[in-house]
This record gives sequence, C-alpha cells and structure tokens, in this order.
Amino acid sequence: MRRLAATWMVICFVLSAGAALAEPLRIGALFSVTGPAAFLGEPEKNTLEMLVKEINAKGGVKGQPVEAVIYDTTGDPTKAVQLATKLIKDDKVVAIIGPSTTGETMAVKPVTEKEQIPLVSCAAGIKITDPVNAWTFKTPANDHIAGEKILNYAVSKGQKNFALLTVSDGFGASGREQLKALLAKKGLALVADETFGPKDTDMTAQLTKIRAANPDAIICWGTNPGPAVVTRNVKQLGIKTPLYMSHGVASKKYIELAGVDAAEGVMLPAGKLAVFDKLPETDPQAKLLKEYDAAYRKAYGVEASTFGGYAYDAFQLIIGAVQKNGAGAEQLRSGLEQASKMVGVSGSFTMSSSDHNGLDLSAFEMVRITAGDWAIIQ
Amino acid sequence: MDFSQQLSQYLLSGLATGAIYALIGLGFAIIYNSTGIINFAQGEFVMLGGMFGVYFYTIHQLPLVAALVLAVLCAAASGVMFERLAIRPLRRATPLGLVIITIGGSILVRGIAMLVWGKDTHALPTFSGDEPIALAGATLLPQHLWIFALTVLLIVVNKLFFQYTITGKALRACAVNQRAAGLVGIDVRRMVMFSFLLASGMGALAGIIVAPLTMTSYDVGIMLGLKGFCAAIIGGMSNGIGTVLGGLLLGVLEALGAGLISSGYKDAVTFVILLLILFLRPQGLFSSGESERV
Repeated sequence: MRRLAATWMVICFVLSAGAALAEPLRIGALFSVTGPAAFLGEPEKNTLEMLVKEINAKGGVKGQPVEAVIYDTTGDPTKAVQLATKLIKDDKVVAIIGPSTTGETMAVKPVTEKEQIPLVSCAAGIKITDPVNAWTFKTPANDHIAGEKILNYAVSKGQKNFALLTVSDGFGASGREQLKALLAKKGLALVADETFGPKDTDMTAQLTKIRAANPDAIICWGTNPGPAVVTRNVKQLGIKTPLYMSHGVASKKYIELAGVDAAEGVMLPAGKLAVFDKLPETDPQAKLLKEYDAAYRKAYGVEASTFGGYAYDAFQLIIGAVQKNGAGAEQLRSGLEQASKMVGVSGSFTMSSSDHNGLDLSAFEMVRITAGDWAIIQ
Repeated sequence: MDFSQQLSQYLLSGLATGAIYALIGLGFAIIYNSTGIINFAQGEFVMLGGMFGVYFYTIHQLPLVAALVLAVLCAAASGVMFERLAIRPLRRATPLGLVIITIGGSILVRGIAMLVWGKDTHALPTFSGDEPIALAGATLLPQHLWIFALTVLLIVVNKLFFQYTITGKALRACAVNQRAAGLVGIDVRRMVMFSFLLASGMGALAGIIVAPLTMTSYDVGIMLGLKGFCAAIIGGMSNGIGTVLGGLLLGVLEALGAGLISSGYKDAVTFVILLLILFLRPQGLFSSGESERV
C-alpha cells in the first residue's frame, strides 16, 4: 500500500512537472481592435504580440513560454465583460491586460475583482484606480497629471485666466472636470468653458466666444481630428492667445492634420515616446523608448504610438511581477504592487497599495511645436 | 472685440458650414426625387470622395486636379455599383425596405473603406492657400469661397439640367409618376441608376472640396450625411435653392446656438430643428404643400 502511494506521488509529480514545462504562462488581453476606439486597440494588440514573440525567443519567463490570449471587444463594454469571463473561466489566464477604454474597464472591473484576477487596464480614466481596488491597476498616466503639467508651466509664464475648449466625449469630459478642479485648487480663473463634438468640423463659433472672454491662454482637450480643426480655426481667426493641447494629440499625425503653419507654437504635455530622440542621454527612459520604437517599426512598418506603450508597460509589469513573486493570483497581485522605479514607455512606475498607477509628473515633457517638430521646453 | 464683430463671425462661420451641408443635402434630394428613396448611404459617397481624393493625391502623388477628377469618377462608379448590387435587385421592395437597404449599404461601404484605407484621419491641402480673408470684422478661408462657388455652380447646372435636357426631363417624369414615365418609353431603371450616378458624383465632389477643412476618415460620412439630410428636409427635398437655403439656415443656427447659447447644445439645436420641421412642416420650410419638387 505504501509503495502504491509512493508510486502515485511520483506519477503525480512527473505529470505536474511535465505539465508545467509544456503549459505556457497565459496572459489574457482585451483590446478594442476594431470599432470607434480601434486607434487604441490596434497598436496595443500589435505591441503585445511583438513582446510575446520577443520574450519567447529569449526562453520565456523562468523557462516557461508565454502565451497571450487576445480578444477584440470592439469597444463594447458588454462584450468586454463576456470576454473577460471567458478569459478567466475557459482560458484560465493569470492576469488580464486591457481593456482599451475607460468605459469597458469600469464594466470589466467588478468581474476581475470578484474572481480575483489582476487587471492591468490600458485606459486613462482616473476612476479606474481611484478609489484603489487590490486587483485593478492601470498604465496610462492620469489626465490630471497632464493638466497639472500644463498649468504649472502656464503659471510660470504668469497666465491667470484660462479658456477651456473640450471635446464632448469621455476623454474630453474627464479632462474638463479635472482641469476645472485644478484651476480652482491653484486659484486660477476660468473665463470660458466651451465644448465641441468629436466629429465637428468647424469650431470658429466657440473660438469667437472664447476670444470675446479675453483669456491669457486656451486649453483644448481632445483627440484627433477635433484639436487639429481647432488649431486651424485659431489661425483663421487670427487669435494670438497661447494655445495648449492635451497629451491626446502628442503624435505627428496632429501636426500633419493641423498643418505645419497653424500648429507652430502650440504647446502640450507629451509622453516621452513622442520626443524620445530629443531626450537627454541621462533620461532613464531614453534607451527603452528607442528600442521599442525601432522594434515596432521593424515589425509593423509604422512608428510606435503611446497607446501601444500602455500595453507594453502592462505586459512588462506583469512579467516583472511573475519573475519576482510567481504566477499565483495573490503573488502576481502583490508583485504588481511592489513594482518600483520600473522603467516603461509611459514613465517610471512606482506602485504602492494606495497608488495603482504609479506615475508622476515626470511622465510628461512640455513641448512646443516648432517648424513641424516637437521641441522640449526647458 | 465688440458684439457685432462676434455676430458677424458667427454668421459667416455658419454660412460656411451651412454651404457644406447644402452641398451634401443636394445629393439626398436628387435620389429622393427620382426614386422616392432616402438614400442614407449618401454620406458615405461624401466620405468616398474625400478618401479617394486623399488616396490619389497623397499615395499616388497625382496633381490635385487629376486626383479630384479621378476621385469623383471612382465614387460615381461606386454609386452605380451600389445601385446595381443593392437597390435594383429589390425594385419590388417597399420604400421602407429600400431605406433600410441603404443604411445597411452605408455600413458596408464604411467597413470596406476602413479595411482598405485604415482608421486614420487624413487632410487634403487647401486649393488656394490658408491665408484668412477678412470680411466685415470676421474671417473666412479661401476654401470656403470654393465651397460657396461650387454650391452656386451646382444649383445652376442642376436647374439647367433638369429644365432643359431630355435626360433631366425624363428624371423629372420619373419623379412624378414612374409607371407613366415607363409607359411613354422612359427607361425608369436607367434613370434610377443615373440618379445614383449623379448623386454619388456630387456627393464625392462635396467630399473632396470640404476635405481640406473638415478632414476625412472612413467614418466622416455618418455625421456629414446626417447634417446633409437635415438640410434636405428643411428644404423640402428640393433639387435646388430650397435645400441650399436649408443647409445655410442649419449652419447659421448651429453657429449662433454654439456662440450665443452654449456649444454643448450645438447638435441639439440641429436635431430639435429637424424634429420641429418634421412635425410642423413635413413638406419643408420653403415649399407650399403639393408643389412639384424639382
């Protein structure tokens, strides 16, 4: 009887060891690869696939190959929830990267929290990690960090009265809310508060109204193409007031759409990826950003985008946590929380039990558009 | 900056945007008048015009004029194909069925455009520079003048075409009574196809000429199409001046709404007007009930 038990144990041991060798580390991902938020999901998916290939070529994590199970949510929260359940129940993933948008993340969050699976979102909404839940993390910097960067700079230039022109979607609404709160906190005045639709083609009416309010600076918050139209309209109306944009347009596409002439002098907080070739050698992110961009260009023929960077950081955080603590749910979760000065695309992550984003003001650089290119403002 | 200057900027901005809506609205009216169908894919032809323009201009590096002509031809060809493949096989369907077909078709066209050209937004260069023109204390761009000019040209050409050419008269005949038109020897099916050719070509032209200002991407057709539709409804689906006035009115009200009330209600203004007109004057603001809609 004892021999039988011993043999049984040996068999079990061999089987489980064998299984561990063959069984890859499964990481789930929910990206809106198609649909209205496809501009987010596509680079995220590309980046993740590229990273998985890279890590497996190097022998995986602790000798275990990595497999990414990626589903397309089409930007639909209901679908995202179904797919999250599928990832957890059927695919048995250790952690989930994504979803791409704040709406989807808020829908998926209760599921992953209940099932106790770490979720590293690629969406920027502040609600995701505030209040903090033990199982939910996110890699994009909070909007208010970008807003604070702008206002800190504006204050240093003596600007006091601000006009807001924000897009009427989730990104713009969140930016508007937080800018208003920041303005109030810093004792600055809000003299005009206008909005525009994501597909609007002419904002001269709003800008005319803003001009009449006579602000020291205009802050426009949106993603292309709206801000490009705003930039052209500002030039058309001959408005000379300094124009700030959000980090949402920190790509060359914006300059191309607005036109080199109209975009001249526009200032914005840019993620460091946009200006990686202008960063000083001493910047901790410089080398990583250069390598990411080169690898992405090689694999997909286009420049790397900040959005892909969100998935990059999420993947590296998860791999880092697995390497440190192991792949069990609680091990992985605490590993994510212990990330310290982890250099990524969006910035240097230092998580804690009260901060599940881990980025600070150093995630952005203030840049000014000069002759169709970014120039870092010192 | 005093109030009158502000007001004149609102008016001018409104007229400029309104001309775009009018241009798109004309396409709706033409198809409606010869087939009785509201073609909800009209916005997609506007998108196709802009996207083909970008495709020929930036990818094939053709001169702007050549890119423009080719883009209109390609979009018109797509319009004919759309009629052949989606509308003609269902000639016996009810108008409601056909309307739904055009909605389905528009989703298909948008999807194909997304797969072929990607999801990026593109811009065409303006036709004659970016230097703003000052007018009565307000400014507009040279491209706006192109849009006004094209709108006027299209109304005139439309008028001449529908009044004085055989094909134009045949199209009007189809509008009045398709069965009777068929009895006197007009090939109704060809006329329907012709109206799609005309409308998609015009839509494409509008798409190209507004692309330097509004920029273009695979999904611009929805909103532009909807605004064009509003313009056509306000104008009572007329082929000419009614729709143009409808478009201009819509643009001006939008700009005034955004400027004087709140920009948050800009689109609400549009759709409230649309609803009011559909409730109170379904025949349009400028037509007197049962008059001929040409």
